[in-house]
Amino acid sequence: MDKLFVNAGAGLEQWMVSGLGLSSIITNLIMVVIQVAMILSFVLLNVLYLVYLERKLSAYWQQRLGPNRVGPRGLLQTTLDVIKLISKEDIVPQAADRKVFKLASIIVFIPAVMLYAVIPFGKDMIAVDLNMGVFYFIAISSTTTIAFLMAGWGSNNKYSLIGGMRAVAQMVSYEIPFVFSILGVIMLTGSLRMSDIVAAQNDVWFIVLQPVAFLIFFIAGTAELNRAPFDLPEGEQELVAGATTEYSGMRWALFFLAEYANLIAMSALAVTLFLGGPAGPWAPSWIWFIVKVYIMIYVFMWMRWTFPRIRIDHLMHFNWKFLLPLSLANILVTGVGIKIYQWFIQ
Amino acid sequence: MEISRSQLQDKNLKTQEITINMGPQHPSTHGVYRCVLTLDGENVTNLENVMGYLHRGMEKLAEDRTYTQFIPYTDRLDYLAAALNNIGYVETVEKLLDIEIPERVEYIRVIVSELQRIASHMVYIGSYALDINGFTAWMYTFRDRERILDLFEMISGSRMTLNYPRIGGVSHDLTEEFIAGLRELLKDLPSCFDEYDGLITGNEIFQARSKGVGVLDAETAINYGISGPNLRASGYKFDLRKAEPYSIYDRFEFDIPIGENGDSFDRFVVRMEEMRQSLRIIEQALNDLPEGPIQAKVPKVIKPKAGEVYHQIEGAKGWLGYYLVSDGSTKPYRLHIHGPSFVNLGVYPEIAKGGNIQDAVVILASIDIVLGEVDR
Repeated sequence: MDKLFVNAGAGLEQWMVSGLGLSSIITNLIMVVIQVAMILSFVLLNVLYLVYLERKLSAYWQQRLGPNRVGPRGLLQTTLDVIKLISKEDIVPQAADRKVFKLASIIVFIPAVMLYAVIPFGKDMIAVDLNMGVFYFIAISSTTTIAFLMAGWGSNNKYSLIGGMRAVAQMVSYEIPFVFSILGVIMLTGSLRMSDIVAAQNDVWFIVLQPVAFLIFFIAGTAELNRAPFDLPEGEQELVAGATTEYSGMRWALFFLAEYANLIAMSALAVTLFLGGPAGPWAPSWIWFIVKVYIMIYVFMWMRWTFPRIRIDHLMHFNWKFLLPLSLANILVTGVGIKIYQWFIQ
Repeated sequence: MEISRSQLQDKNLKTQEITINMGPQHPSTHGVYRCVLTLDGENVTNLENVMGYLHRGMEKLAEDRTYTQFIPYTDRLDYLAAALNNIGYVETVEKLLDIEIPERVEYIRVIVSELQRIASHMVYIGSYALDINGFTAWMYTFRDRERILDLFEMISGSRMTLNYPRIGGVSHDLTEEFIAGLRELLKDLPSCFDEYDGLITGNEIFQARSKGVGVLDAETAINYGISGPNLRASGYKFDLRKAEPYSIYDRFEFDIPIGENGDSFDRFVVRMEEMRQSLRIIEQALNDLPEGPIQAKVPKVIKPKAGEVYHQIEGAKGWLGYYLVSDGSTKPYRLHIHGPSFVNLGVYPEIAKGGNIQDAVVILASIDIVLGEVDR
């Protein structure tokens, strides 16, 4: 059961080589296409369900019912929403910078999917086990910033421009404590490879050894995701919809998709780095992975629906004056701790 | 430790202020209010009020309606506190007619007024929270406000536009069902208020967003004619219910909460406390509620003697005043409405200047305007 997907993949590859007599290059290519298709469907299906989940959960926290009209318990609500979004007119404002405007919605979505290449979905279930997987993740996720800037600039709308500028200021600043918090984990494992990090947590999860790093990671991660209380680039109450004000239909949906795809990816990274990855007793590893990821997502949503939005200058102060020194201190303490540990062992 | 902009400015860098339109269709302008903001980056350097998108000519309409016919129009002034508008208007006409009101009517009006004040403040608390993206708090306050509206429906048949008082009385008597429901509500509300305190008032981010934002000192407030909770938040203890008791407010025991700094946080806290005080008034009024008629003897056709009268009550947002001139006919010769929201909005540009654009939204939420009353 644990190796269900791994064995299925290996079997398929075996069958293509021996049964169909294809060369190994073509087999490899087909396998990559299948993997990409699997990841895409995983992401899109999860997003579809997540939107429903968020609406239901927020309804639960706010003592209302949430979607309950379309399908049993409103389960088809998001499906129909997507159909609606696809069938809507694609409006590009006249004054907009057309190329930048159109490109932004695509650029925001691509890195969100690329992130999944290095995520271990289960034991041995990782598309590309790069020896610098964590670095790859950070590098790719940080490119989302440019899409927001492009959207804000290309829309030729003042609200969008402010939103885009906020996105850049916020995401670039919070990248630093975000990376530094991960550094604590990297110091413990000595490897950037995702599978090594998971293996290193066999005895004890890193959330126990690195609780401060986890907190910083969680806060900075929320800011990276532009989710409340750090959803300043969207900032509905002052900026209408921030960088995405002028977007409609499927272009807007791509931003929306990317937001949730990033949310899953961020939760998956948190699970991999701090919560022992997909490992767990009794059940297959991929089930554990999904359970842990959804617990993380639940916490992200819980936070979003509890806290009001922070102000832009407080946001910056909090980052540079609190999170950054704290993450540096954490690195120092971790380093000293590792040295002391090595002393006692030898 | 603010670094001024000129220090940061490179001589070769060109910066430019932008003008931005907020409203009349904007998520946080509380209706069709519009303001023109001049922004330096995200800082508001200038703010201009633009009003009149909801102007319906209420005061002119009054001149073509009989005194009784105008009561439902007052519902549409401050539509979040319809009962207070109704009662203010009806009391003005009664003052003009110089008629005696039955005891029971006075008590019923006090109960309804204070319930309406709580309902209005609940919308304030909720929309304030919503304007800093605290959507959950908004749902909480609306959940509880719903129960007050249910009570209103029991006595007037309507939830928001009550049209409940009549000249010299009220349209329906309080039912057993209403009193039972009210007693239950009185029991539950304190814990609801504590819940808001836990979710909003105590929240670190909320306090950071509100404290020291939009400071309005008492002197400026008085100069601008600010009244009601906004004035009290600036530290000036003045409440019409205590200072110039109208109706039967001198019979009840309640405190006037005041703020210290006059910032948005104080304006919020004062209203939170005011809701608790309103509960006290309702409780006392309900316990003393006398039996009796619910309608005074008034002539079939209301035809006040020629003359003029001004009457003001403590509305949910400040002093709500009606100036009524009669020429001896069945219709008012002139009606002027002193709407607190309009006056409160006047000070908005003054206190919003120099803040962040996010502060501007918070300040607008904190001074509590309803566009129905601003534009009339």
